[in-house]
Order: sequence, then C-alpha cells, then structure tokens
Amino acid sequence: MGGIVTRYLLIESRDPFGSTDYVRRCELAAALRADGADVTLFLVENAVLGTRAAARPQALEKLAKQGVQVLADEFALRERGIGSGEIAPAVKPTDLAALVGLLAAGARATWN
Amino acid sequence: MNDSRCLAFLLMDAPFEQARTATAFRLIDATLRAGIGARVFAYEGAVSLAVTRQKPHANAIHGRALEEEAHPTPHAWINALADLARERGVPFDWVNCGLCVDERGADEAAPSARRGSPADFWKMAQESVNTLVIPTR
Repeated sequence: MGGIVTRYLLIESRDPFGSTDYVRRCELAAALRADGADVTLFLVENAVLGTRAAARPQALEKLAKQGVQVLADEFALRERGIGSGEIAPAVKPTDLAALVGLLAAGARATWN
Repeated sequence: MNDSRCLAFLLMDAPFEQARTATAFRLIDATLRAGIGARVFAYEGAVSLAVTRQKPHANAIHGRALEEEAHPTPHAWINALADLARERGVPFDWVNCGLCVDERGADEAAPSARRGSPADFWKMAQESVNTLVIPTR
C-alpha cells in the first residue's frame, strides 16, 4: 500500500564549522528520511564549505547513504574556490533553478 | 514557457549586509526565468531594499571610478526583476510592510514596489503554490 510521500527541502546557508545548527539540520534531514520522507538538503552560501571530500566530519556522505539528496549551489562553490574535483561524491552541484523546481513542486521548505 | 503558478518569498534582511540578500534576488530571478511568477513580501529591514535614494559609489581603495565599480543598488535589482517578469509574461509583485517603512522613514520606494501589510503576505501565500521564508539571524 503506497501513501503520499512528503517532500522536504532543507536549505542550509551556515558555515558547518562555525555553527552547530548545521549538524542539527543534518540530523533533521536524516530523521525525516528515516520517517519515509523524500528529503533534499540544498547548500547555499557558506554551507558549501562542508562539501569538500576532505572535510570532516563527513555528514553529507552519511546523509547520501541514507537516501537524502544533497545539492550545492554551484555559484556559491565558485565564489569560494571549491572546484568540482574536490567535492564529495555525495554532493551534486547545481544552479538555483533546481531549487525553484523543488519549490514549485510543492516541497515543504525551510531556510536556515 | 510560463504558467500561472507563483512562488511567494518573505525577505527580512536589510541591504548591504548579508549574503542572503544576493541569494534571494538570484532565487527570484531564477523563478521568473523558469516562467513562474514571484510574489515578494519585504518585512523589517528588507523594506530598505527598495529605497531609491541608494547611490552607487566609486572605490578609492581599489582605484576604480563610479562606472568601473558598477556598485549594485537593490532598488535597481527590484526594477530589473519587474522588467524581467514583464518580458517573460509572468506575475511579479513586491510589497513592502508599511509599518516597517514608516519606522525607518524608507518611503521613497522603487516604482516596482508597493506598500502593504502582513495581510498581503497571507494573501500571497494563499495564492502561491509554495512559500519560502528567508529569515534573518
């Protein structure tokens, strides 16, 4: 029996190394996913500083393994000099049109 | 391609301070370019985005003249978004919270912005397929 899957869009803008809010948001994404929701974590502004494959902790890799879609604003990546070759495999660079698409599709969105 | 759908946005940050302002404008621009209308409610410090007395300036530190610096002014961005919406044939509405405007004496607004109240935001949210609140910190 298939129910309606709720779609969540968590937009994160904070530096993962400067705020525990980032970790809490990752926990929220994991919890929503475990509850059966379709979850996208969209990183903008300084939140993309956590996308480097060498970054610790590797929260984004864990989220991807749990089925959370992790997207990062490619404009923010370019601004911060983060090249495509150094981004964690779990992270997909994209433009804001993707975020607009998720909003237009009715995802429940919050911005942090 | 365009359709009758709209997204609603609530902005709170004053201009010239936060990355959120530029990201919000990029997001609204992307919305209009996707053929989707945008309804924006500017609240608290964000009402100053529309003030027409903003002046671009030269940059003496970098040795750049006024034209070379091309300093952005948010009120010009609002008008540019309105132009883009007209070009794409999609709705665009920018409403400043009137009480917030009065608090700040920020009543010289861009022609693309109109005065309203939080009731307008409620209406915008009701008439849009989704709403994104971009809160201040």
